[in-house]
Amino acid sequence: MSVLVGKGTRLIVQGITGREGSFHARGCADYGTKVVGGVTPGKGGMTFEGWPVFNTVEEAVRETGANATVIFVPPPAAADGILEAAASGIPLIVCITEGIPVLDMVRVWEVVKNSSSRLIGPNCPGVISPGKAKIGIMPGLIHKEGSVGIISRSGTLTYEAVYQLSERGIGQSTAIGIGGDPIVGTTHVDALKLLNEDPDTEAIVMIGEIGGTNEEAAAAYIREHVKKPVVGFIAGQTAPPGRRMGHAGAIISGGEGTAQSKMEAMRAAGIHVAVSPAEIGATMQRVMGK
Amino acid sequence: MKIHEYQGKEILRNFGVAVPEGEMATTLEQAYTAADQLFSSGHKVVVVKAQIHAGGRGKGGGVKLVKTLEEAAAASKAILGMQLVTHQTGPHGQRVRRLLIEAGSEIDRELYLGLVVDRASGQVVFMASPAGGMEIEDVAHETPEKIYKEYVDPRTGFQPFQARKLAFKLGLEPSQIGEAVKCMMGMYRAFIDSDCTLMEINPFISTKDHKLLALDCKMNFDDNAMFRHKLLRELRDISEEDPLEVEASKYALNYIKLEGSIACMVNGAGLAMATMDIIKYAGGAPANFLDVGGGASQEQIENAFGILLSDSNVKAIFINIFGGILRVDVLAQGVVNAAKNLKVSLPIVLRLEGTNVEEGRKILAESGLNFQVGATMKEAADLVVAAAKSALRRDD
Repeated sequence: MSVLVGKGTRLIVQGITGREGSFHARGCADYGTKVVGGVTPGKGGMTFEGWPVFNTVEEAVRETGANATVIFVPPPAAADGILEAAASGIPLIVCITEGIPVLDMVRVWEVVKNSSSRLIGPNCPGVISPGKAKIGIMPGLIHKEGSVGIISRSGTLTYEAVYQLSERGIGQSTAIGIGGDPIVGTTHVDALKLLNEDPDTEAIVMIGEIGGTNEEAAAAYIREHVKKPVVGFIAGQTAPPGRRMGHAGAIISGGEGTAQSKMEAMRAAGIHVAVSPAEIGATMQRVMGK
Repeated sequence: MKIHEYQGKEILRNFGVAVPEGEMATTLEQAYTAADQLFSSGHKVVVVKAQIHAGGRGKGGGVKLVKTLEEAAAASKAILGMQLVTHQTGPHGQRVRRLLIEAGSEIDRELYLGLVVDRASGQVVFMASPAGGMEIEDVAHETPEKIYKEYVDPRTGFQPFQARKLAFKLGLEPSQIGEAVKCMMGMYRAFIDSDCTLMEINPFISTKDHKLLALDCKMNFDDNAMFRHKLLRELRDISEEDPLEVEASKYALNYIKLEGSIACMVNGAGLAMATMDIIKYAGGAPANFLDVGGGASQEQIENAFGILLSDSNVKAIFINIFGGILRVDVLAQGVVNAAKNLKVSLPIVLRLEGTNVEEGRKILAESGLNFQVGATMKEAADLVVAAAKSALRRDD
């Protein structure tokens, strides 16, 4: 079993005829994900690389039986894309788009949290269950089937952690990229709950970064509820306050969101903290006794 | 994006928030005329305020109260053109290019009003505190009970009853409540209309004759939303920003200048931060944060190189790329081209992994250029720190 994505996933791609959408639709399908169609308003009825294209998400879901959607819509229209997906009742929405205005996400979140859909992202690499399926933009090749779950706000840093694990023969159950924006649909705590309840996940890597208090909340959750070993890393230990480090969410403000406070909270919760990003794989290897 | 106090007050005024009478001046003549007008219209006190994109201006000597036109001229002369150092500018300070000449007020109480997007709830939160005039972070730390909050339901927006609640908690006089509500509703509308991420009025004052006024104003805008705000974009003052960061933004590169000697080029914000961290652990100091993004072209790589090399503190370059969407061979070709075109003489250490990594390594090996390649992130960090240190020793 895996969480969020697996052999039963039936995926549609919002923005399938765009540059990013078409490239990654192909990437997901090549990895083994069952891609069943796409949505591009105005191009409904055509076939794109063998996939049926629909004008609306509602129609695509009805016609294909899709249970997941991945969004590659440009930032000005992405919030609308998420709302359209949520209105269709589709269980899983993965939004890759980077650069959505935060006040758009305030409105979107109010709707999504009261809907039957789970949102991953935005501004995230997506979700992968190695050997089964992926919804997102991560390079499938570096992954290896196994039992370590990964949660991260960042794309390439997740790849880095995956690579370090795979190199040591440690496979992954599911890697969840939750996204680097201030408001995301699935937080560290939400993702932890999923991996904690997943019988195929034996250990967890949690990668955080400066900004907000999400990682502190996750540490508190781990302390109370998680018996599986957890390895943690926080990026931005040397970042100056008040500057947005690429991700809209990665900013130390008002003395809150420092790497220091996050690492302390993680240690206090019994998490094995890798101080250097090069030590994530080795730390997990030690913790798992492999 | 940030703007100046005088620009923020102009926005607030348009949304019905009371602000002191005043004018912006870029020359001493303009400052003199503005002060003259204020004194002539009956104001006893005028404030000369430095306009830079940083807080703490008063403590740094950038704000002066004057009672005569002569004093106003002298204060303007002292402040305009000065290198103003505050806790937010760094040790070199920021050159003052603009002044705000404003009517002084007789302050009875200093309050705080602020709006921010709260990440935990995913909502906008309106904050008010009777402890105005202080850093709100200090208030939050020492006396958190003195900060009152109202969370805004996105379906209805901020409501007058919420503004009233805050106004009464601040202990305002019954006769002031109506005006306070008007100011707060105006602030909220300005916040939403301008796609702010932060808005603070500190202090928001009650004068001795019970008037309410926004004495200072700080507004930060959401860079991701500026595509829909043509007028706000025109308020950007690039002379307040680092020239290299301005240059980088032209090429859509995510660059932040830092103080160290090792330039970094990385794809992805998280890995870029982690790369800065590992340089520190290897005993070096990063010269910058640079995320070239997920799909950088060869041209982008060359532009990025140009920016890294313009920083004279840089002694060595660390390229750490995990190819996902960005193919390693594309990156390698871009690096080789840039190094040749720009005649790079600084040591370059690369660490490459991911899509098409073998082709990428081959391009580097066959380039005839002197690149060092680290097998792991740690090894590469050690190599680049050693290279930067030996370059620094040579300079000494």
